[in-house]
Amino acid sequence: MAKKKDLSTGMSERTSDIILVAICAVVLIIVAYPLYYVLVASFSDPYEVYAGKTFLLPSGFTLDGYKAVFAEKNIVAGFLNSVKYTVIGTVFSVLMLYITAYPLAQRDLPGRKLLSVFFLITMYFGGGLVPTYLVVKATGLTGSMWSLFLPGGVAVGNMIIVRNYFQNSIPHDLIEASEIDGCSKLRTFFSVVIPLSMPIMAVMVVFSMVAYWNDWFTALIYLGGKGTPLPLVMRNILIKSSASASQAATISGGYAELNKLTELLKFCSMIVAAVPMLVIYPFVQKHFEKGFMAGAVKG
Amino acid sequence: MEKGGAIFNRPNSNFKKEVSLMKTTPQPVTYAGDRISGAGSAALARRPGRTLGRRILDNWQLYALLLIPVVLTFVYKYIPMYGIQIAFRDFKASKGYMGSEWVGWYWFQRFFSSPTCWRMIKNTVLISLFSLLWSFPIPIILSLIINQLRFHKFKRVVQTVLYAPHFISVMVICGMIRIFLSPSGGLLNLILGTQIDFLTQSSAFRTIYIASGIWQDAGWGCIIYLATLANVDPGLYEAAKIDGASVFQRILNIDIPELLPMAILNLIMAAGGLMNVGFEKVWLLQTDLNKATSDVIAVYVYQQGIESAKYSYSTAVGLFNTAVNIVLLLIVNKIASKASDVEFV
Repeated sequence: MAKKKDLSTGMSERTSDIILVAICAVVLIIVAYPLYYVLVASFSDPYEVYAGKTFLLPSGFTLDGYKAVFAEKNIVAGFLNSVKYTVIGTVFSVLMLYITAYPLAQRDLPGRKLLSVFFLITMYFGGGLVPTYLVVKATGLTGSMWSLFLPGGVAVGNMIIVRNYFQNSIPHDLIEASEIDGCSKLRTFFSVVIPLSMPIMAVMVVFSMVAYWNDWFTALIYLGGKGTPLPLVMRNILIKSSASASQAATISGGYAELNKLTELLKFCSMIVAAVPMLVIYPFVQKHFEKGFMAGAVKG
Repeated sequence: MEKGGAIFNRPNSNFKKEVSLMKTTPQPVTYAGDRISGAGSAALARRPGRTLGRRILDNWQLYALLLIPVVLTFVYKYIPMYGIQIAFRDFKASKGYMGSEWVGWYWFQRFFSSPTCWRMIKNTVLISLFSLLWSFPIPIILSLIINQLRFHKFKRVVQTVLYAPHFISVMVICGMIRIFLSPSGGLLNLILGTQIDFLTQSSAFRTIYIASGIWQDAGWGCIIYLATLANVDPGLYEAAKIDGASVFQRILNIDIPELLPMAILNLIMAAGGLMNVGFEKVWLLQTDLNKATSDVIAVYVYQQGIESAKYSYSTAVGLFNTAVNIVLLLIVNKIASKASDVEFV
């Protein structure tokens, strides 16, 4: 590097490029390898995995784990529950974000400041676990799917990002034009603002999907064991390491076979739980930075 | 939002009135004036014939949209705040909030005299303090490096892969941790050639918690810094290149000063949440043998409140945690406003 201080910056640039790429490659491996390892292990004989024979390619290739995942009633039910909660929850959350953010984006709305503060306070202060639990219980939501959606109300941080997007990224001329044409505020919202806000909506949809797909704490507290979502089903497999009774009944090979399947089930269920979200987020990735910047700009 | 065009979406009768008003009294409702300061809409508000009531009525659709969010927020966010008073009462569900006996600081005294109280406070503070110290600089360093990558395809791959762990459930992450750290054939033990059961060692808990946290979220933490760096004027880099500055000099003299305000802001905000150690991950990684370092307030609040249904006691412990956080946040806000005076202006 030292000798390249002269006019030909070409070499120096190349050297630094190599260093930067090398660092990134190491980071890439650190981040990606654990995920890759789980994927490979899910196709391998767990005894070989634990004996250290599986690092880059599956050894003792098998699909038994995935067969077991789809044969296991708890996991399938959990998967379907999670899909249901994710779909309904995402529709609900994004709707809430939009109907809150749009009025608050109107600078001339009487009481706008007061309403904004009303929502903002909940970002910094809350009742805490038990007082919230008691209200959810008192309103009769415990045990119902709605306990996962309604108490969350409006995700205020995301709402601010959407509001700022409405204020800063949608051309005023279009809104004015639609109002001159005689559209009401609601009509403008549906026919101008919503169609123009698709990038931010895509980001919010992904954020909500990820939040509901991965959530299990709310379900643990409020659902009381009914309609358990996938991550909570997986707790028994991953953390408690217990195979279900149905599994034990169907396995004829005795304890060793059962043990093997339990271990295999861990890898396969993790893949089944992680892959849906990992497939989705790259599609909206390019909007993330913009969304964050819109959120950072004060409205 | 609607600026100078505001008057045009009124019903017809109103429309004429507005126009005539405009003619007779020269108001600063010009488009440009509006855009600059919003003074125009303030003037609109003050104009005779446009009372507050009238303006509220004009916007009824917007208030209707807000109705459900306001009700939900009131019921599930504000009523629980009112319910915090059970921390000072002996709450019985049959008697309600106000009917339950007032016991003052009883539950707080009980918490502070419980044998594990100071251990939990210490663990909570230490976990988040060390988390902050280790996980704060890494996204900054990563984004400085990624930002200088000149191969756009590679850059995008790096970003995509680095964001990935953020989208995985804590449950899966903890499952992976348990498998990788398993004494019989876990990946880490295979690599080290040992058979250590890390999760039963209280000395390893914080390292496990923090390292896995960095693995999961350091990449995601880059976004805000990368977005900031994307705003750097490319001309600066060009000028630096012509002057013969190497990549590292450009990082040092252009990128780091650019990131500094955002980094300081992030640091300050993080310091304000010092008592916020999440429940989920600790609960999933806790074993009977690592409790000396893994016992934290959030888990205790859950166990006492939900598992044992000691509502008042759990609320009191949670309130103590929140109170400390709020004090920290206020202090930090003060520092932030002082720092921003110095740093940003």
